[in-house]
Amino acid sequence: MIVKKIGDSMITPLGFSVEENFAAVMEGRSELRRYESLWNLPFPCFVSLIPDEKLEAELARELSADVIASLHTKFEKIALLSAVKAVKQSGIDPTSERVVFILSSTKGNVELLADEHSDLERVTPAHTAQLVARYFQNPNMPITVSNACISGLCAQIEAFRCLKSGQYDTAVVIGADVLSPFIVAGFQSLKALSDEQCRPFSANRRGLNLGEAAAAVVYQVAEDNVEGWQMLAGAVRNDANHISGPSRTGEGSYRALMSVLCESQLKANDLACLNVHGTSTMYNDEMESIAITRAGLADVPVNAMKGYYGHTLGAAGILETLLTMHAVDSGKVPATRGFDELGVSMPVKISSQHIETEKNAFVKLLSGFGGCNAAAAFINPNLK
Amino acid sequence: MNNDVKHRVKLTPNYLEVDGKLMAEAVAGESFLTKLYHIYNMEYPKFFKMDVLCKVGFIASEILLEAEGAERFVPRADRAVILFNRNSSLNADRTFQQTIADPDDFYPKPSVFVYTLPNIVTGEIAIRNKYHGESSFILLPEKSQEAMNQAIERAFLDSETTSVLTGWVEAVSDTEFEAALELVVSS
Repeated sequence: MIVKKIGDSMITPLGFSVEENFAAVMEGRSELRRYESLWNLPFPCFVSLIPDEKLEAELARELSADVIASLHTKFEKIALLSAVKAVKQSGIDPTSERVVFILSSTKGNVELLADEHSDLERVTPAHTAQLVARYFQNPNMPITVSNACISGLCAQIEAFRCLKSGQYDTAVVIGADVLSPFIVAGFQSLKALSDEQCRPFSANRRGLNLGEAAAAVVYQVAEDNVEGWQMLAGAVRNDANHISGPSRTGEGSYRALMSVLCESQLKANDLACLNVHGTSTMYNDEMESIAITRAGLADVPVNAMKGYYGHTLGAAGILETLLTMHAVDSGKVPATRGFDELGVSMPVKISSQHIETEKNAFVKLLSGFGGCNAAAAFINPNLK
Repeated sequence: MNNDVKHRVKLTPNYLEVDGKLMAEAVAGESFLTKLYHIYNMEYPKFFKMDVLCKVGFIASEILLEAEGAERFVPRADRAVILFNRNSSLNADRTFQQTIADPDDFYPKPSVFVYTLPNIVTGEIAIRNKYHGESSFILLPEKSQEAMNQAIERAFLDSETTSVLTGWVEAVSDTEFEAALELVVSS
């Protein structure tokens, strides 16, 4: 029995379909831009925002006026919209008791706290997950994974286990986060933001860019030897080192990578690429270069997507996994947009150009606050 | 799959229970969490920097691991930390929101912001105990033992995981909190 991808969707500043997003990445486009005082914040920031007018137009195409009116926030809108598109594409019956909904988000509706009249019950992402599951008349309690920046990969690992354990046959996995003064001011207070284009793994990198996105993927159990992308393995490991900084030895990322290589039985030579976190902060990219090298993957092409979308928080793990699947399907490892001159201590194979590949598998890596790290392996065995 | 619950700790603003036995009760006007920190000689000054969600999870996990009685602080990767609640990091979120609400009094602090993620408490427990295994925080729309049991069963699908420190940890204010933690071992 395998776990197979049967549908996906992307709601981002680069478009509301997978095709538009993949084309934009291949063309090297981004909607990351500098705002001098976004939401009257007292500092400039460089972020990527989903335009409200385009989002409303897309919602009107996919959802009834009553449903749209019932959604209170942009977060609820993009989470539901991404789920609707992925469910439609997959053709599943979402009302089945064999289907589970899984949401990945770091801050969900936190913007509601800025209004003292808000319903505090609605702030938690668990509320949004229930709203989405109810829209589809799904009878099961939805699962929300909130593990900082690794949430999107954790949610897929949770889906993988839901299917492997026999608890469910199908999992709809949604990753979403929007930006707000709360999130932007928080990352600024950590001195983690760059006010110019992020430059993952580069010598002159100065921090990360934040971005808005939702992405959804539908996984289903299938017989062995069917066509399409499969998830092979996933692991979550902790640095046990610091709550807001990565381990200098890349301990958790190294352990997660080793677990995934062992479980998937993939070798370095089988991998088209290692799609990494690559936030463009000094510590993250340096840590990843060490973990990659320790795991024996220094010869595998490495790429990061943050230069196209910024760090999309709870969406990142799903959006970046899906984009890598579509890229590998077309024989490409996407360029690391923003990369120029290598600025990490270990010589990882990273490129500012798209490169050709004939391989059919990859590993996705993420790390986050709380010392958490996640890795997962994917393969499309029919690709030649 | 049958997994064994080895020990249970229940911590509320009013009392502490270990394996169903009442161990301590709060007295009006005292900080129950700080009192337990001292009673159990935890000697971990980072405790005082934590937000209330982390304090509640930390104290309950310390007492749970004392009940286990195994050697502490030996690096290991076979124990996962998987915690649940409904309201994520709501209390820390409200504290941080207050620091950015007024443009004339704008003072966002990294030491507050870092606690605006629910999984920080799983990281605090991993750091304290040198646990390199899985750490995860799952939000549920309501407390459901069935949903938690399913997630614990799934956690054992990781071939390195042989035990899970798990349970419900909620803290919506400094005086409204609950931890109901268990140590679950694969059988």
